[in-house]
Amino acid sequence: MFNWLDYLAQAFVTKVIGLSMESKWGSSIHFFIYDTIKIIILLSIMIFLISYIRSYFPPEKTKRILAKFSGIKGNIMASLLGIVTPFCSCSSVPIFIGFVEAGVPLGLTFSFLITSPIVNEAAFIILLGLFGWKLAVVYVITGVIVGVLGGLIIGKMKMEKQVEEYVYNTKVADIDPKELTINERVSFATQNVKDIVKRIWLFLIIGIGIGAAIHGWVPEDFLASYAGENNPFAVLIAVVCGIPLYSNAMGTIPIAQALIGKGVGIGTALSFMMAVTALSAPELVLLRKVIKPRLIVWFVIVTGIGILMTGYLFNFIGHLLM
Amino acid sequence: MVIKILGGGCKNCQNLYKNTMEALEIVGIEAEVLKVEDINEIMSYGVMKTPALVVDEEVKIMGRVAKSKELAKLFKS
Repeated sequence: MFNWLDYLAQAFVTKVIGLSMESKWGSSIHFFIYDTIKIIILLSIMIFLISYIRSYFPPEKTKRILAKFSGIKGNIMASLLGIVTPFCSCSSVPIFIGFVEAGVPLGLTFSFLITSPIVNEAAFIILLGLFGWKLAVVYVITGVIVGVLGGLIIGKMKMEKQVEEYVYNTKVADIDPKELTINERVSFATQNVKDIVKRIWLFLIIGIGIGAAIHGWVPEDFLASYAGENNPFAVLIAVVCGIPLYSNAMGTIPIAQALIGKGVGIGTALSFMMAVTALSAPELVLLRKVIKPRLIVWFVIVTGIGILMTGYLFNFIGHLLM
Repeated sequence: MVIKILGGGCKNCQNLYKNTMEALEIVGIEAEVLKVEDINEIMSYGVMKTPALVVDEEVKIMGRVAKSKELAKLFKS
């Protein structure tokens, strides 16, 4: 799909700059140019499309749908809705309060909260561009599985008392989400593209820069021997490193690509990305407004274990997908 | 006309506020514009995704930053 871009980038490096594609600098610069442009193109087109679809699923509508569900069907529904409902960290508190007050079971709310940030459009698009559709789809499926399992377990733990009391007392009006006109949907979608690109371009460039350096300088087998599929601790380390990182996962993806190219297990890389997005420290700080510490701790533990398990699973079967 | 901008102070909320002021200038109407940042008050309108725009206690825009042109049309009606 992007062969033309690869060709152009190679031509630029070899003809304009005058470096060989075999040299460390040459190969790194090519990686950098190719990746940056490819990602921004993909991002813009697909964020637009996905945002347009999401304009049909405002959280106020999702709330009404979920209030009618329960049981594992509800968890699956919640995770799936988490994918299509536009979600930003700043809405996690109102969404939590809104769901709880509408009678959505706590477990379902958590399925939503776990899957939503993992399956964010930019991560999906970048995975699509860097690893192909098979891995991107698998990432989405694992995001749903981790969300459903996490929500199921938290639901069974009956931690309703670990929600701050005021949440149950908040009056939330039930309003009809207005249907948008096509112009309004287009405006919403373009706004999202601008927002996301503006928010992440620096992280992307830095991430691609690091990825480029790894690509050019780290020897082929170095990482394979330390963090390859056979190292049982690699996934654990990846998840633990992911948690305190800022929630912007985009910059991690080019790094993940370069690492995988150098022999790091796919499951390890996927776990890292999921840990960064689902368990971001800033998001936990926000959730503290509505959830007491004990539930936050269990949220991290349950989700962390889910991510760990999928990480190990994909290290096991990952080569079938690439 | 009383306009309320619902939102916790993030950049999108500020942009909606800016566009609102611009729109009011375009249409030449005077209105009271209030910023609502308290989560309880925001939720009392049923809004779950900010920013949102409320005109005379009716929620007109939810979860996105409307451009000044769109807001101007809204205020005129």
